[in-house]
Amino acid sequence: MDDFEPRIVAFLCNWCAYTGADLAGTSRLQYPPNVRAIRVMCTGGVDPIYVIKALLEGADGVLIGGCHPGDCHYQSGNLKARRRVAILRSILEQLGLDPDRVWLRWISASEGKLFADTIKEMVEELREKGPNPMREAWAI
Amino acid sequence: MSVQAILEVKDGDVLAALRGFLRQLLDMGIVDALLVPLELPSRDAIVQTLVKDAGKLESANPLAPVMMVNSAIVVSNLTRLGNRENVGVVLKSCEMRALVELVKLQQASLDNLVTIGVDCLGTYELTQYAQLSNELDDSAGPSVEQLQAAKDGEVIPREGYEFRAACQICEYPIPVSVDINMAFIGVDTETMILLEMEPEIGQQVLEKLGLQEGEAPAKEESVAKLVAAREKERDEAFARFHETVNDAASLVAQFSTCIACHNCTTACPICYCKECIFETDTFRHPSERYLMWAERKGAARMPSDTVLFQLTRMNHMVSSCVGCGMCESACPSDLPLALIFRAVGQKVQELFEYVPGRSLEEELPVATFKEDEFPEYK
Repeated sequence: MDDFEPRIVAFLCNWCAYTGADLAGTSRLQYPPNVRAIRVMCTGGVDPIYVIKALLEGADGVLIGGCHPGDCHYQSGNLKARRRVAILRSILEQLGLDPDRVWLRWISASEGKLFADTIKEMVEELREKGPNPMREAWAI
Repeated sequence: MSVQAILEVKDGDVLAALRGFLRQLLDMGIVDALLVPLELPSRDAIVQTLVKDAGKLESANPLAPVMMVNSAIVVSNLTRLGNRENVGVVLKSCEMRALVELVKLQQASLDNLVTIGVDCLGTYELTQYAQLSNELDDSAGPSVEQLQAAKDGEVIPREGYEFRAACQICEYPIPVSVDINMAFIGVDTETMILLEMEPEIGQQVLEKLGLQEGEAPAKEESVAKLVAAREKERDEAFARFHETVNDAASLVAQFSTCIACHNCTTACPICYCKECIFETDTFRHPSERYLMWAERKGAARMPSDTVLFQLTRMNHMVSSCVGCGMCESACPSDLPLALIFRAVGQKVQELFEYVPGRSLEEELPVATFKEDEFPEYK
């Protein structure tokens, strides 16, 4: 358990969260290396299938990072994402999977530190939870 | 449903009364065609049929407790690209509710349609219905005993037969959102059927068919009794499901016999995508990918992505699930899909206080959003 390194898949919107993550990098802010970033144009383009696939493959956590409500580059993509995440988390919970492995956070392009802090927070919480039981599930 | 009329039943022959009514709708020009369940010549199956020749209505059987396809799909086929003829469509409760959802999904149109609902006590699986019909040497409509029981809000399937699992937990025996409803639950079918109609069509029917207004006073109580019984069954079934599936292992076990044939997708009225992602190249993986997955977990079930398919379908459609259970009826592995999807769908729909099929005016939860909601996401 001590050497468990959570693996996080992050879907980050091009205009805000990904740029914020980039800022964390250029600012040389330290944050855990446990995250694999996937740039999407908007969180509104994140189909639940991507998140479910990541979880079923064994990702310990999935982060969806988007613009703050009201600031979406495409007006309302993030608001649609919010509903989709609410639905997904409800489904996960009802089926006995841990909804708290799926995070939706608003991180703007200037919030490099918030990105770094979010990753630190997520890694810590996932370390507590332990590995995703789906890591062992091959019969899916 | 502000216009109520009495449709006279002679000699307790409910089917004849309904056939007569439907025939009059055609003869009086209220509709120019009817989509109505017809008995096949073999008498062991009932199919939705588009009828222009009123003579064919001799084999119409809107009461037959069987559903080959959720008719919302048929109505979508008929009207998706528009409809200019006055067509009456005879639908069960779950079919009308699914149709309302399909209209909202822009996959069907109610233009020039007269939607005609009929109360439903439940349906048998196709093969069960065929077997029962062969036993009776006749189409297996509701028996006199069943109709009498329905007057008091009781449902009794034929001896030795069970209604489909989805029907046993259905709290919508009475169609909502229809223009006309042919009601027999809570009604004394020895002498009458109650027609509940929207005002405009109701006036037309009263005039052209010369019917008398009337009501069925005992109806409300009988319906409430039936609905309460079904809600109890439903809640018990949901509770059993949540006890069975409560962690990753039990979830995977639940779908162990799924073969990803996609019959459920085909049968589901809500799954309308002409190109489901699971039928595209996205899921035609190169060998390297399969081997990578096998490497990661030590082994990889083939064909792949079975649980992914079920969970994705759930995420995509469950907010509009009307609980018709055609998924379960179509499943070759007898997965309890109707129960699973309804149970999960219930809580998802509650997130938005949404009831699929209740109203055309209510927006689909997945097609809209509010500026301020779900404040827990920061």
